[in-house]
Amino acid sequence: MVERDQTKKDIKELARNDKYSILLPTYNEIENLPIIVWLIVKYMDESELDYEIIVIDDGSPDGTLDMAKQLQNVYGENKIVLRPREKKLGLGTAYMHGIKHATGNFIVIMDADLSHHPKFIPKMIEQQRYLDLDIVSGTRYAQGGGVYGWDFKRKLISRGANFLTQLLLRPGASDLTGSFRLYKKDVLEKLTQSCVSKGYVFQMEMIVRARQFKYTIGEVPITFVDRVYGESKLGGSEIFQFVKGLLYLFATT
Amino acid sequence: MTKLMEWLLFAVLFFSIWIALISENVNLHFIKEWKQFVLFLPPVVLFVCGLYAATVVLYRTFTFNNCEQAAIELQEQIEEAKKDLQTKGIVLKCK
Repeated sequence: MVERDQTKKDIKELARNDKYSILLPTYNEIENLPIIVWLIVKYMDESELDYEIIVIDDGSPDGTLDMAKQLQNVYGENKIVLRPREKKLGLGTAYMHGIKHATGNFIVIMDADLSHHPKFIPKMIEQQRYLDLDIVSGTRYAQGGGVYGWDFKRKLISRGANFLTQLLLRPGASDLTGSFRLYKKDVLEKLTQSCVSKGYVFQMEMIVRARQFKYTIGEVPITFVDRVYGESKLGGSEIFQFVKGLLYLFATT
Repeated sequence: MTKLMEWLLFAVLFFSIWIALISENVNLHFIKEWKQFVLFLPPVVLFVCGLYAATVVLYRTFTFNNCEQAAIELQEQIEEAKKDLQTKGIVLKCK
C-alpha cells in the first residue's frame, strides 16, 4: 500500500504539466454515458490527474446529448465538454473533431459502451510517463488481459483474425482492432490525417502508420467486458470489412 | 517495400530454388537421394505451416482469459454509480 501511494505520487509529479483529453464518441449511449463518465471521474480524481471528457455525440435519437448536459451541470463545464455533431459521420472524423477542441496535450480514446474500463487509463498514463511513449495501446491479447461475454466462436474469430494480422503486417503491437488507447496529441493529429480507413480497420491503420512513422508504442493489458447495455456487433459484413482492410494494408504498407 | 512485396520476394526465391533443384540443374548427391521429398516440398511446407497456425490459434482460443472478476466488478460499480448519480440529481433513463 505504501508502495502504491509512492507510485501515485511519482506519477502525479511526472504528469503535473500534463492534461488528458478523453474523447468519447457516442451514438445511442444514454444508459452507458453516465456510468462511464462517473467511472472516469472516479479514477482520474483518485490519481489526481488533470483531465477533461469530450463527448462527441452524433445526433443520437435516444437523448444521449441531454444526458451529457445533465452530467455537465453536475461535474462542470471544464470537466465535461460537449461537441455534438448533426449526424453519424464515422470514427476518424469524430477523433479529428475531438482533437480540434481538446485542450490537453494527451488524448485518450475509448468506447463509451463500458467495454473499456477507465481504471486502465492511469496505468496507460504511468507507462507513457516512465517510457515517454508516443502511443500506449490497451491489449486484450497479452498476459493479464482478456475478454468477458464472448462465446467460443467469437473468441476463435478474434484469435484467428489477430494471428493473420500479426503474420501479414508484423505491426509491433498485439491488439490492432482495439480502440482503447492513449496518444500524444500531435501524434494522434498526424495519424488521423494520414489514415483513410473507416470503422475498426481505422484502428488497425493507426498502429500500422504509427510504425511507419517510427512512433514508439507501449501496451497495457486490458479486460474487455462486452456490452452490458445494447447490442454487440460482429456479423459477416464486419468480417468482410476486416479482411478487405487487412489486405489493403498488406498491399500498401 | 510493402509487406506484399516482401512475401512475393520470398515466394519467388523459394520457388526458384525449388525449380532449380527438381529440374536437376543443381547436381548434388544429397538432392538425388531426397528427390521424392524435394518434389513434394511446397505442399509439405504449406501443410506444416497450416498445422502450426491452426494449433496456435486453437490454443490461444482455449486459453483466452475469461475476465469473470472484471465483469462482477463492473456490475457492482454500475450500481454504485447509479446511486451516486441519482443523489447528485441526475435523472437516469429507466428500463
